[in-house]
Amino acid sequence: MKYVLMFTENEEGRGYWETLTEAQRATAYGRINHWFEEHGKAGRIVGGEELQGPSSSTTVRLRNGKAIVTDGPFAEAKEIVGGFAIVEVKDLDEALEMAKGWPGGSAVEVRPVVDHSND
Amino acid sequence: MARRLCRRGPARGRPLERLKKTNTATDLAVAAVFREEAGRLTAALVRTLGDFDLAEEVVQDSLVAALEKWPEQGIPDRPGAWLMTTARRRAIDILRRDKRYREKLELLEHANLHPEPPEADDRLRLIFTCCHPALSQEAQVALTLRAVAGFTTAEIASAFLVAEATVAQRIVRAKRKIVDAHIPYRVPEAAELADRLDGVLSVLYLMFNEGYLSRGAQVAMRRDLADDAIWLASLVARLMPDQPEILGLLALMKLTVARSAARFDAAGEMVLLPDQDRRLWDKASIAEGVALLERAGAMRMTGPYQVQAAIAALHSEARSWLETDWHQIVVLYDSLLRMADSPVVRLNRAVALSHFAGPELALGEVNDLAMALSGYHLFHSTRAELLDQLGEPVLAREARRRALDLCQNPAERSLLERRLRG
Repeated sequence: MKYVLMFTENEEGRGYWETLTEAQRATAYGRINHWFEEHGKAGRIVGGEELQGPSSSTTVRLRNGKAIVTDGPFAEAKEIVGGFAIVEVKDLDEALEMAKGWPGGSAVEVRPVVDHSND
Repeated sequence: MARRLCRRGPARGRPLERLKKTNTATDLAVAAVFREEAGRLTAALVRTLGDFDLAEEVVQDSLVAALEKWPEQGIPDRPGAWLMTTARRRAIDILRRDKRYREKLELLEHANLHPEPPEADDRLRLIFTCCHPALSQEAQVALTLRAVAGFTTAEIASAFLVAEATVAQRIVRAKRKIVDAHIPYRVPEAAELADRLDGVLSVLYLMFNEGYLSRGAQVAMRRDLADDAIWLASLVARLMPDQPEILGLLALMKLTVARSAARFDAAGEMVLLPDQDRRLWDKASIAEGVALLERAGAMRMTGPYQVQAAIAALHSEARSWLETDWHQIVVLYDSLLRMADSPVVRLNRAVALSHFAGPELALGEVNDLAMALSGYHLFHSTRAELLDQLGEPVLAREARRRALDLCQNPAERSLLERRLRG
């Protein structure tokens, strides 16, 4: 069963990140890398990326066959997705276990991926 | 105590529908059969089919069929087998319509389905799946009642005073999520067990409170939610005998229902603990509660349900409200606060404190909770009691009015109105 783990951060979290020194940031990244390595070795990671900040985001909105391009994320949300991992695990509990161990960000949304293999 | 929480929720604002239905002997017998069989049947079918949604659905269909047939034809000699045959036929009907299910159909046609499997009772897996934290708590409650305790959707709706369609939709959504998100069908492993068990216990406690608080509100129902919550807690206690918090919860429930007969007077008006006629308390139920608490205590792993049960036991053992061991109750509230700090627990602690430290000190502690509890009717009614004791009738009246504005439980409202008049 494939899930996407969406790592979100709130404004506070991002503010906190800004206050970190270079060394502290390296430690925080180290923990995140460790998480990816550990689960990668166990064969649970299918893919994943860290995303650039919301100021780099562009939204394409499709309405009545027309595409409208606007600056910024699609919603004025307090929590934004900062990165994601695609994981392959047995069931929701295993995915939740991975999310509980995520060392960065304020929340992790776990969503199953639609399985098109039987279509 | 948290159990005194006023009933809240979207449907609470509606006037209480008084259902005229009374419990006949058949109703009670049917409910007892459903409770015993539904969970086993569902568990057996999930095991055979590997499909939670389908298994749960066909068992529900067989219960509804039984409700139509049994009152006229009588309860069959082997009701479990009757329900299993009906559920199985229904499942075969559904599966025949869908080619994708051919394999499952074969499984079902050849499987030797026992409603009471000789192997270990696997209703525990069913309970943990129904109470999975990825489902909303409302859905957990509804699903547990339906799949494990054999409630029909209509019975859940009338127990919680919500529309049947709302309950049906909640269940459909929850089951879709179980399938789509692959919520596992198993008892959690040791590392998560404590957390997950907490979730199960809070579902059972919520059911119990809902049933207990609506008792005496003249809503006669086929099934008594509080009894079913006790039955479910006993089931979990039997299946997980080494978990003291389950015993603590069960003890708390037994000690609470023991006071049922004293909670309403002859006129149907609610009587609070200080004014209850303690001779009406059910001594057997108290003894059971105390014995359960002792069994839990012997495991030497305390927890919030055991502490709440211990507080209830102290009340049960006291000859009168004034002769209650308030010192010990405050000590227990303190340990409860160390496990889980909550303003409602602080409020109850302040009431206990007032009995030996005086109303003035207690009122100070209660007032400190204003920020957290200003929307809670018992905060205001507690203030009213303390203000009365301090000789401040005008302020007391004001607080009582505020409590009345916030309270929606009819029995509690009536009590507040009487106090305002008298």
